[in-house]
Amino acid sequence: MTIPAPSVITGEMRAAVGVESEPYPVEVTTSHVRLFARAVGHTDPVYYDEDAARAAGYRNLPAPPGYLGTPIFDPTKCDPTFGAPRRGVRSFHVPYRRVLNGGTEIEYHDTICAGDRLMMSSRIASFDEKVGSLGPMLITVTETLYRDEAGKLVALMRGTMIQY
Amino acid sequence: MATRYWEDVTVGDEVPELRKPCISQQLVLWAAGSGDFYQIHYDKDFAQSTGLPGVIVHGAFKHAFLGHLVHDWAGNTGFIKTLSCSYRGMDPVNKEIRIRGVVKSKRVEDGEHLVDLEIWTETQEGQRTTPGSAVVRLPSKG
Repeated sequence: MTIPAPSVITGEMRAAVGVESEPYPVEVTTSHVRLFARAVGHTDPVYYDEDAARAAGYRNLPAPPGYLGTPIFDPTKCDPTFGAPRRGVRSFHVPYRRVLNGGTEIEYHDTICAGDRLMMSSRIASFDEKVGSLGPMLITVTETLYRDEAGKLVALMRGTMIQY
Repeated sequence: MATRYWEDVTVGDEVPELRKPCISQQLVLWAAGSGDFYQIHYDKDFAQSTGLPGVIVHGAFKHAFLGHLVHDWAGNTGFIKTLSCSYRGMDPVNKEIRIRGVVKSKRVEDGEHLVDLEIWTETQEGQRTTPGSAVVRLPSKG
């Protein structure tokens, strides 16, 4: 019989679940839609040509799947490697050194187009512990919510981080 | 892009495959497009210093490839409601990956005509490194 490892989830971590961060501005521009589409290798002209986008029924170039706008870069607030604001969800000290990106899930509630200004905010949705082939691990699910200027939720991204 | 109607979709249909070479130039373009400049995705020395065999493809890039697959299938009259995947295996730079999918089910829910797709990326050896799923709303002929 194996003795279960003691939990690394502290009371402080449990208390942080569901607490939403301050909203941070995100912009969606024509140039960045084109750059993202070009990086992925999209060939549909709606991502490059505004007339083609409008003819297909969009307000402007639509954001390709996976693109939820760019957080407005501020060197005093953003991470130089990842570009996102540092004050997102809190990070906690856990006794694991290695990190894996477990997965990405996006729920779309509306179409995002160039010209949109969104507000993003994040929250920890859950902490979970498992023992897998890599040994004991902590699984953290973070949700980032994207709202339009009227406050309506347009997209929700769920990211899974595995520490082991 | 032709309109794909819900009525024209059959369970078991395959989504036309995409192939992505994942050359270093494409990974650098993705770094700029996504804003993720983590060095394991373009600097071999840095990647090896972290214990990786070399430069690896960003997880979120594979998510976006799956988005490309689903967009080209659904067209501009389709709407992607969810796009999800898990990162089960690392893909190295310069190894072509295949982006594939199949129709798992169809349903009408709250008046929406929905299709559930099973989607994934696989290596040339057939290993599925990024299994996922998508829910797409399509127009109906009514």
